[in-house]
Amino acid sequence: MKVLVAVKRVVDYKVQIRVKSDNSGVETQNVKMSVNPPDENAIEEAVKLKEQGLVNETVAVTIGDDKSQDVLRTSMAMGIDRSILVKTSISLEPLAVAKTLAKIIEKENPDLVLLGKQAIDDDSNQTGQILSALLNWPQGCFISELKIEDKKLFISREIDEGIEKLETSIPAVLTCDLRLNTPRFASLPNIMKAKKKPLDVIEIDTLGIDIESKIKVLNVVEPPKREAGIMVNDVKELVQKLKYEAKVI
Amino acid sequence: MTVLVIAEHDNQNLKSSTLNTITAATKFNDEIHLIILGNNIDNLITNSQSLHKVSKILKCDHEKLENFIPEILAPVISNISNNYTHILAPASTFGKNLLPRLSALLDATQISDVIEIQSKNTFVRPIYAGNAISTVETNQQINLLTIRPTAFDKCEESGGNASIEDIQFLDTQTNTKFISREVSKSDRPDLTNARVVVSGGRGMENSENFKLLYELADKLNAAVGASRAAVDSGYIGNEYQIGQTGKMVAPELYIAVGISGAIQHLAGMKDSKVIVAINKDAEAPIFGIADYGLSTDLFQAIPEIIKELDLLNKIES
Ligand SMILES: Cc1cc2nc3c(=O)[nH]c(=O)nc-3n(C[C@H](O)[C@H](O)[C@H](O)COP(=O)(O)OP(=O)(O)OC[C@H]3O[C@@H](n4cnc5c(N)ncnc54)[C@H](O)[C@@H]3O)c2cc1C
Ligand SMILES: Nc1ncnc2c1ncn2[C@@H]1O[C@H](COP(=O)(O)O)[C@@H](O)[C@H]1O
Repeated sequence: MKVLVAVKRVVDYKVQIRVKSDNSGVETQNVKMSVNPPDENAIEEAVKLKEQGLVNETVAVTIGDDKSQDVLRTSMAMGIDRSILVKTSISLEPLAVAKTLAKIIEKENPDLVLLGKQAIDDDSNQTGQILSALLNWPQGCFISELKIEDKKLFISREIDEGIEKLETSIPAVLTCDLRLNTPRFASLPNIMKAKKKPLDVIEIDTLGIDIESKIKVLNVVEPPKREAGIMVNDVKELVQKLKYEAKVI
Repeated sequence: MTVLVIAEHDNQNLKSSTLNTITAATKFNDEIHLIILGNNIDNLITNSQSLHKVSKILKCDHEKLENFIPEILAPVISNISNNYTHILAPASTFGKNLLPRLSALLDATQISDVIEIQSKNTFVRPIYAGNAISTVETNQQINLLTIRPTAFDKCEESGGNASIEDIQFLDTQTNTKFISREVSKSDRPDLTNARVVVSGGRGMENSENFKLLYELADKLNAAVGASRAAVDSGYIGNEYQIGQTGKMVAPELYIAVGISGAIQHLAGMKDSKVIVAINKDAEAPIFGIADYGLSTDLFQAIPEIIKELDLLNKIES
């Protein structure tokens, strides 16, 4: 069995982001960039499946500019066998990302595709669902548990009401929640080894797909700031304030 | 121009997120249709006919629709989508699971988590965990939007008189089988609707201690929520998580107890009207957005608050 993992390079989750002064977007120059957090869970799951002997090849794919090679090296340092950069200078909408991934999947023929449930920059939460529809494969979204028996997949997915369990079969597209597993740290020797693992670069134009934006960003602004509140001295004061000042209890 | 709203429900009742989404749909000043797909939904349909401003209900009642498998739902909706300029679903796990699939079938880019509708093709949505707000324009023939429920009021449930139209069930073959759903049962108000939310973080230390919060919540007729750290540590179920990768809430009163205030948590609660933070670390970032901060040990503070509330109640009665 072969697993393909989609990883996105995003502003690190610890960075306090800044809106650009011309309101065209968010500053990403000279900002720490990392693997999108739930994509690390997808990588971890793929590597674990290989360690368990259920999978014999793992491939990571990212769509982005040259710098995105770093997230592929990180993926390979965590244990992914090889990777593919689909090169583009523009940032794509989820529909275009899914179409690009579908093309790669046509070539690579994986049995299982793992994505993060959501990119923490655009917060779209769409790509895996779109991809599964384009491929006409089953979809399992926001998963926090995966078991594979023969060609059957047993998943637990996190839903607003609690947990839903589904059975499906490969080939399938799954999107991972942060609770699926605990991603490993890449050790120094593995970081060195990853430098020698294969990383193919494909120009996006060669794939012959429509990646044009359907959405125009008019502006990006900072959210309204909350007015600073006060510190109260004790519980009595707090309850009095809530009762007679804020009038919420 | 007609707007289609996809109903979220449990085959018996509409979820309140559907009512928020209908209000969002009214911003287009056009006719609104509601599509309800499920199993044995006669009662649900009858009860939905009076929803304010909904002129037609599209009904598809089939046993294979019982568990809302998106592989089965999406083609049924896509089949009738030609009649609509906008299709809206709540930005709940139901809507997030389904609408992107429809977007693939219709080759349209979906706009996620809309918090404001400025015109028929201009929408506002948060990005980067709500640390930036983006206004976007599209000129697609069909616009797919997921609506953040907390950004729109619930629509009136009376005053309407919708007609009913049966639509065709398309039988999509899929290998996906529903096994079970573990739904937490609680007598407390629903987290996303509650007027007051009492939320606990890692500072609660264990699930046993969460009982303190349940007691406080019951005094305030509040829902209980949690940070991701509290859920990850097993203090409480995933359905209580508030934040970027959990639920969005905007109650009148949010009480954060033993929560540090990471941006991913703030993403889910900073639109609350009044925020209270209780944390023993006076430097905790949560105090930066709290209206009332109390820097003290929660295990001392919570029982005291419960006592004070009892006192207040006595005085009042
Ligand atoms: C991609 C991504 C998505 C995420 N999504 C979410 C999300 O949706 N929701 C979410 O909540 N988090 C989310 N997180 C996690 C987030 O970054 C924080 O790790 C998390 O919110 C911390 O939870 P906490 O405040 O409970 O724990 P901590 O940060 O550990 O804070 C605990 C607080 O309790 C206080 N405390 C301890 N003991 C006491 C006591 N006895 N009395 C009073 N105070 C006490 C401490 O001073 C401390 O401030 C996400 C992270 C990532 C990377
Ligand atoms: N440019 C990209 N390259 C590779 N994978 C991506 C890209 N954008 C999104 N993804 C994948 O799709 C998931 C969901 O992203 P989104 O739909 O944008 O929230 C991410 O967690 C990634 O796994």
